[in-house]
Amino acid sequence: MFNIDRRFIKNFDWITLSVVTIIIFIGVMTIYSATRPLVDGEGPGFYARQTVWFLIGIAGLFLVVSFDYIWLSRFSVYLYLAGIVSLIAVFIFGKAGLGAQRWISFGPLSFQPSEFFKVVYVIMLSHQLSIMNGPVSTISFFRLFFLIVFVPFILLLKQPDLGTALVILIIFLSLMLARGLQRKIVILFVIIGLISLPFLGNIFWEGLKDYQKNRLIAFMEPGVDPTGIGYHITQSKITVGSGKFFGKGYLKGTQGPFRFLPEKHTDFIYAAFAEEWGFLGSILLLFFYVVLILRGLNTAMNAKDDFGRYLALGITFMFLTYFFVNVGMTLGVMPVVGIPLPFMSYGGTALLSNLLSLGILISIRTRRFELFH
Amino acid sequence: MKVERESKRILVTGYIVIIAFLFLIMRLWQLQILHGSKYRELSEANRLRIMTIPAPRGILYDRNSIPLVRNSSYYFVSITPGEFDKGKVNLLSKVLNMPVKEILEKIDKKGIGPFTPIRLKQGLSFQEVAYIESRRSDFPGLIIEVEVSREYIYGSIGSHIIGYLGKPNLYQSKDPLFSNVPPDTFIGQWGAEMLFDKSLRGIPGERVIEVDSLGREIRLLTEKQPVKGEDIKLSLDINLQKAAEDAFGERVGALVAVKTNTGEVLGLVSKPSFDPNLFARGISYDEWISLIRDNNRPMLNRALQSQYPPGSVFKIITAIAGLEEGLIKPETKVNCRGGINYGRWHFGCWRKEGHGVLSLHKAIVESCDVYFYEVGKLLGIDRIYNYASSFGLGKETGFKLVNEKKGIIPNTKWKKEKKRQPWYLGETFNTAIGQGYLAVTPIQMAVMTGAIANGGNLYQPTLIKDAAAVLSGKARANLETLDIIKKSLFGVVNESGGTGWAAKSQLTSIGGKTGTAQVVAMKYGSGYLPEKFRDHAWFVAFAPVEKPEIALSVFVEHGGHGGGAAAPIAKSAIEGYLKNQKSEIQDPKIKEKN
Repeated sequence: MFNIDRRFIKNFDWITLSVVTIIIFIGVMTIYSATRPLVDGEGPGFYARQTVWFLIGIAGLFLVVSFDYIWLSRFSVYLYLAGIVSLIAVFIFGKAGLGAQRWISFGPLSFQPSEFFKVVYVIMLSHQLSIMNGPVSTISFFRLFFLIVFVPFILLLKQPDLGTALVILIIFLSLMLARGLQRKIVILFVIIGLISLPFLGNIFWEGLKDYQKNRLIAFMEPGVDPTGIGYHITQSKITVGSGKFFGKGYLKGTQGPFRFLPEKHTDFIYAAFAEEWGFLGSILLLFFYVVLILRGLNTAMNAKDDFGRYLALGITFMFLTYFFVNVGMTLGVMPVVGIPLPFMSYGGTALLSNLLSLGILISIRTRRFELFH
Repeated sequence: MKVERESKRILVTGYIVIIAFLFLIMRLWQLQILHGSKYRELSEANRLRIMTIPAPRGILYDRNSIPLVRNSSYYFVSITPGEFDKGKVNLLSKVLNMPVKEILEKIDKKGIGPFTPIRLKQGLSFQEVAYIESRRSDFPGLIIEVEVSREYIYGSIGSHIIGYLGKPNLYQSKDPLFSNVPPDTFIGQWGAEMLFDKSLRGIPGERVIEVDSLGREIRLLTEKQPVKGEDIKLSLDINLQKAAEDAFGERVGALVAVKTNTGEVLGLVSKPSFDPNLFARGISYDEWISLIRDNNRPMLNRALQSQYPPGSVFKIITAIAGLEEGLIKPETKVNCRGGINYGRWHFGCWRKEGHGVLSLHKAIVESCDVYFYEVGKLLGIDRIYNYASSFGLGKETGFKLVNEKKGIIPNTKWKKEKKRQPWYLGETFNTAIGQGYLAVTPIQMAVMTGAIANGGNLYQPTLIKDAAAVLSGKARANLETLDIIKKSLFGVVNESGGTGWAAKSQLTSIGGKTGTAQVVAMKYGSGYLPEKFRDHAWFVAFAPVEKPEIALSVFVEHGGHGGGAAAPIAKSAIEGYLKNQKSEIQDPKIKEKN
C-alpha cells in the first residue's frame, strides 16, 4: 500500500503543488487585506484560520498521495453512500447561513458536507466509467444519471446550494463527453434540449428562490438598481476596475475593508485581489490557475489506467468549473452563483477538500509509470 | 484506440481552457484599462463622504457698531438607527415629547444606511436639550447637534433694511452666482442680507471623511476650515430707527432719513413691517401666506414702492422755481381771501377765511395755497416740471434695496401722451400746491430735502457706513435761494402759526414742511372722516438748520394733516439720531448754556 521511495520523490508532481501553494499564499494575503480592521479592536482572524486549514490540508494531501489511488476505486461505493448520508444530515442537524442550509456543526467546528460530497462523487463517477465498456449507450447514460447524479442534485438544490448542484451536473456531462457518447445520444439531447428549453427554463425559474432570481435579473441588467439586486455585480466590477493597471497596492484596497464589496474574502476574493494588484497581478493569478488546469489535463492524458484518467479529468473539471464560474461572476460575465474560488476563498472545508482532491491528482501523476497491479 | 480518442478530446479541452483564459484577460483589460479611471472614481465616491462646514455669516452692525443680528445656535436631536434599541421607543417618545408613530416612521425610512443619523426633532430650546441630555445614556445612538441660525436682535425694527435669509429659490439654485453655496444653506433674500450676501456669506469649509458601506465614519482625511463672512457696518442708526418705529405705533406709512452730505440712509421705516426671525429657520407656508395676504401688505416697502401726491411739501419746489426764474422775490406779497376763482372753478385755500396779505416766508410757514396758485400761474407747468425733476422727482433715486417706483411729475407733454388731452391751467394750480397728478415716493422726498439742506446736491442713497458719496444730480437752485427756503422751513416748525409746530424740538433746531395728500376731493375738516377717507400726511424735515446733518421724510397713510400726524414722528426720529450724535452735532442751544 505505501510505497515511498526515491522514484516516488522523483516522479512527485512538485510543479502542481508549488503553483497551488503560491495561490493559497496569495489567498491568505488577500483575506488578510480584505478583512483588515479599519478601527482598533475589530476584525476576526480569518487569515489565521485559513492558514491553520492550509496546514491541515497539506498534511491530508501528503497522506492521500502516499496511498495508491486504486484503493479509492475499491471503496468508491461506500464513500459515495457516506457522502449522500452527510447531505441528508444537513437537513436534520444543519444550520442556516445566508438563507441556505449548508453546514453541520461539531462544537466550534463547522463542516460543509457538499464540499466533501463532490470529491466522493467524482471518485464514484470515475469508478463507474472505468468499469464500462465501449461508448456510453442511451440506457447506461440514464442509468448513471439517475443512480449517481439525480439524488444529490436534488438534495443540493433543496439546501439550496445551486453552485455545487450545477458543478456536479457539469462534471457529469463533461466526463460523459470525454468518455465518448453515442452520436445518437448527442443528437437526441440537442433536439430534446431545443424543444424543452422554454419549458425547462420556466420550471427552472419557478423553482428558484427569490434571491437566485434576483441574481439572474441583476446579471442581465446590473444598472436597474445598483444598491439592490445589482449591488454585488456593480460593486465587484468597481472593485476590479478601480485596480487599473498596477493596482492600488497591497493593503491599500478600500472596497473590501470598507464593506462595499460583499463576500470580499469568500466568493469575491478575486475582485479584492484585482483591486490591489491591478491588471498585471490579475493576469498572473489567472496564469497560475491555467497552469494548474492544463497540468491536470496532462495528468489525465498520461494516467496509467482508465480510473486514474477519469478521476484526474473529473477533479480537473471540478477546479475548472469553479474557477471559470467564480472569475466570470466576479468580472460580471456570468450570473452571481455562490461558489468559491478554489484555494483562494476563505473556507476551511472547501480548502481541505480541494487539497485532498489535489492530493489525488498528484497521486495519479506520481504513479503514472507504475505497472498495473 | 479508445485512450487515443479520449486524449484528443482532453487536448481539445486544453485549447478551450486557453481560449477562455484569453477571454478573461480581455474582460480584465476592458474593466481595468479601458474603464479603469471611471471605476477608480466610483470606488473613491464609495469611500469618501464630503461634508461641508457652513461658514459663519458676517454680522451686520449699525453705524455706531451696535450689532443688529446674531448667529445663534439652536439644537436638534438625531438618532443613528443602527445603534438604537427599538424597544425603548416608548420611553424616547416621552422624553422627546413626540409621538411614537412619528419616531418609527423616521427611523424606518428606506434607502438610508443604518449608521446615517436621522434628524428627529429640531428647534429645541436649551431647557428641552438639557432634559434630553440628562437622559441620553438611556438611548444609545441619540445625538444632540447644534446648528447656527440667524437671529434678528431687534425683531421687526428695521426689518425692511436688514432683510432676512431664506433657502435659494429655483432660479437661484441654478444661478452660477450661488454655485459655492452648499445646499440647505440660507442666503439673503431681502434687504441688506440680500444686497451684501456675497460678502456676508463667507467661504464654506469641507471635511472629507472615510466611511464604510454602512455609513459609519472611519476617519477624517482632510479638513478645510470655513472662512467667516465679512462683517458689515450699515449706515443705519438703530436708535433713530427704533425711535421712528415707536413713534409710528400701529400707523401705516414710511420714513426715510438720510445723511445730508453723503446720502447714507440713517433710517428707513415701512409700516407695517414683519419679523425677520420668522424666516430664520424656514418660514412655514401658512406664515408666508398670511404675510403676503395681509391687507396692509407688510412685505411692501412703502419707502420706495408707494407713491402719493406730496401735498404742500411740493410748495418748496414751486417757491424755488419762482425765485430762480425771478418771477417772485421774498418780499412779493399776495392777498389770500380764502381762494381764487378761475373761470367756472373755485380754488380754495385750506384756510377758508383766508390768510390775508402775506409774503413768501409767511406763505410757506402757514402753507397758504392761494400764494402758490399765483406763483404756479406765473410759472406754468413745464417750468415747475423742470425744477421738480432737478430735485430728483419723477425718477429713481438709485437705491437698490428693492425695485423702487419712479413717481410722476406731470407736464404738457406727459398729459398729451398719457391722457391725450391738452393741459389746463387749473391743473397747474393743483400741481403748484402738490396735488393732482403728482406722485412721489418717501425716499424721493428725503433725497430732495437733503439737497435743500446741503446746498443742492442730490446723493444716491446708500446702506454702507462711510461709503463714498455718489452724486446723482444737482438741483437747479443757488445757495441764496436755498437759504431763503431753509429759513422759511425753520419758520414752519418754530414760528407761531407754523404748520409744523409739532416737530419743534428742545434738543436741536429743526426745519420742515408739512403736506397733506388728498384722498377724496373735499376741503372739509378731514379729522371727522372715517380713517380710510382721511388724507395722507407728509412731513419733510432737516436738522440742525444751521449746519444740516440729517434730512428725512415721513409719510403716514390716512394720517390726516401732515402737521398733526407726521411731524411728531420726524421729531422723534431726529431726537433718536441725536442721542448718539451729541459729539458730532453741536446743538446751538446747548452750546449757549455751556
